[in-house]
Amino acid sequence: MSELNHHILSVLVQNRPGVLARLSGLFARRGYNIFSLAVAPAEQEGFSRITIVVDLESTSLEQIVKQLFKLIEVVKISELNPRSSVERELLLATISAAGDERGQVVELVNIFEGKILAVGVDAITVSLDGHPDKLDDFVELLTEYGIVEMQRTGRVALPKLERLAKLERQPKDRKAG
Amino acid sequence: MKITGAQALIRALEMERVETIFGLPGGCILPAYDPLLDSPIRHILVRHEQGAGHMAEGYAHVTGRPGVCLVTSGPAATNMVTPLMDAYMDSIPMVCITGQVPTTAIGTDAFQECDTVGITRSTTKHNELVMTAQDLPMAVRQAFHIATTGRPGPTLIDVPKDVLTNSMDWYWPTDEEVIDSLPGYRPTTKGDPAMIKEAARLILASERPVLYAGGGILKARAAQALRELADLTGIHVVTTLMARGAFPDDHPLCLGMPGMHGNATAVTAMQRSDLLVALGARFDDRITGKIPAFAPEAKVIHVDIDPAEQGKVRKPDVPIVGDCKLVIEELINAIKDLLQGGSVQADSGAWKSRISGWQEQFPLHYEPSEPGDALKPQFCLEQLRDSAPEGTILVSGVGQHQMWSSQYWKFNEPYTWVNSGGLGTMGFSVPAAIGAKVGCPDRTVWAVDGDGCFQMTAQELVTASVERIPIKVAILNNSYLGMVRQWQEMFYDERYSEVYLSPEVPDFVKWAEAMGCVGIRVDSPEEVQPAIDKANSVDDRPVVVDFRVDAREKVFPMVPAGFSNDDLLLPGAQQANRGALK
Repeated sequence: MSELNHHILSVLVQNRPGVLARLSGLFARRGYNIFSLAVAPAEQEGFSRITIVVDLESTSLEQIVKQLFKLIEVVKISELNPRSSVERELLLATISAAGDERGQVVELVNIFEGKILAVGVDAITVSLDGHPDKLDDFVELLTEYGIVEMQRTGRVALPKLERLAKLERQPKDRKAG
Repeated sequence: MKITGAQALIRALEMERVETIFGLPGGCILPAYDPLLDSPIRHILVRHEQGAGHMAEGYAHVTGRPGVCLVTSGPAATNMVTPLMDAYMDSIPMVCITGQVPTTAIGTDAFQECDTVGITRSTTKHNELVMTAQDLPMAVRQAFHIATTGRPGPTLIDVPKDVLTNSMDWYWPTDEEVIDSLPGYRPTTKGDPAMIKEAARLILASERPVLYAGGGILKARAAQALRELADLTGIHVVTTLMARGAFPDDHPLCLGMPGMHGNATAVTAMQRSDLLVALGARFDDRITGKIPAFAPEAKVIHVDIDPAEQGKVRKPDVPIVGDCKLVIEELINAIKDLLQGGSVQADSGAWKSRISGWQEQFPLHYEPSEPGDALKPQFCLEQLRDSAPEGTILVSGVGQHQMWSSQYWKFNEPYTWVNSGGLGTMGFSVPAAIGAKVGCPDRTVWAVDGDGCFQMTAQELVTASVERIPIKVAILNNSYLGMVRQWQEMFYDERYSEVYLSPEVPDFVKWAEAMGCVGIRVDSPEEVQPAIDKANSVDDRPVVVDFRVDAREKVFPMVPAGFSNDDLLLPGAQQANRGALK
């Protein structure tokens, strides 16, 4: 995947019926491309956070954000710059690994710090979480052995904490203590 | 106090000060029609749900208040899709309530079930399926709040039958509760002061400025503010199809309609300007022509309440998100401040004489018919205009007659022009005129329609007769789908494909009479004035005048689709002089 045209939007929405349909309908109707999408309840009750990776072709990100904001249930939109955000994704994959190959796959999983979830006669199911780039590398290496089935969650992301802000907070906390 | 959901719904509409509902009952919405009998709200029983939708639009256009529709589930809801989309495109406040199958039957393909919120998701500003009776008052308040604030638009509430019959404890949410329930909806109304100041500076510095007034002026009730801005700065104003009447046509600074069928001066002034001040306008493709060639030397100040309009088509130099009225008022203050501070407005004398030169050389023009020749549609409109009582509201359908209406009428007052601009819905005018007449019963309402349009929604004249809503309809009948015919003549080598409508069937006079209207047929120029006089004298029932007009007549000027506004085609002899439009 080319990272150049990808942008991550973290969208806070009211958790109401149809909100995902509204959002995906908007993308479909205006010809915007979704690369990946992850939805789950947010920290605040009644709200969900949707992480969308959009693929920019003809439309500007600004226009996509403005159109999204027109949805009544959209409360907040943050554009996450990959450099200043933390991103994670989870992958599950079943890989054909009979005989000698099994050891090689297990070794690969260990190098990537993944987990073996199930072992069959001629295949194993593994999980790996991490930065999407790391998952891409992992998938590329596994392809050689034959991926029987694979599911990725799409990325989730949050802004990276400013290190300086973190340092400033500590003395204050201490004072308060 | 315990009441039923149906009672709560009607009471909520009363609380929203709804005076008129346009609707038609059916199975799932039946419970709501019972308490309506005991309500002071007037219900107008339409003959087709699409009619109810356009009536609500016409009503909203002229009153500024949201139009309300009440219809049942399934086919009634799908019949509402066109008017909802029409209202969405033209930013018309409207609230539609649809019946739905009981909550227990949703998803089972029950009789007259359809996914109304799914179908109307992209044709409304917002919609909601209400699942309990207790939620109804809040849903109604939210629907009215969303429809009427920010950029106005249609909203829809889908109410299952058992939600109407179940009981609930009545309450009425406060403004604060409504706003708190919509944390993602906070329209910006006040423009950014720094941007307004920058806009004021650009306006004073411009030598070739144009105020580009769109429908947002009317939605924001900013006509007076616009006039003050024009008078203060002496800048000419173009009024788009959606903004006709927002600035008086008889004002010396009014240039009239720009765009595909705009007059040569309005089109060219925008094209040659060095500053476009877009006020509640959205750079529609019918205005810009070929976008890269549109107003190439102009800087752009774009005032719009919808942030998504900023930069959607043309990147503004100064974007201002806000309510047109508030922003224009602030802009006037900022300009006055600059002038008082010693700033001097740039000299636009040369520009003004270019404009008046174009106006003189390129007026709207058609060839009047010779004695014995076919009647000209423009002539009918001129006569209609000159005989129209003060304050007449003109409502048009979509096509050639719409463009001629916009061109040849003189709109000197806001809210006297109603049409379907964005969606271009044929069949709009008859029901929209009925809605306009209901909203402004003391005014004369003329619908100008084509014979093609009229046949799409004419049945609503039955509604008008029965409900005693005496509108007047002028059919400019050329027995063709005239605008399509014009394109086939000009761009398809006169190969006329499926545009000819029969000149003898239907008999519009008989049809009008069968619907309880007065019907008049006009074939020759001498008959025009007597027919109009007769129509204007009838006030107890609708009137339909069937003007048999010349089918060869085309709308000019015209910018062919996809061409630059510099490639404007002019009528007759003017075309030879088009070099003067520089």
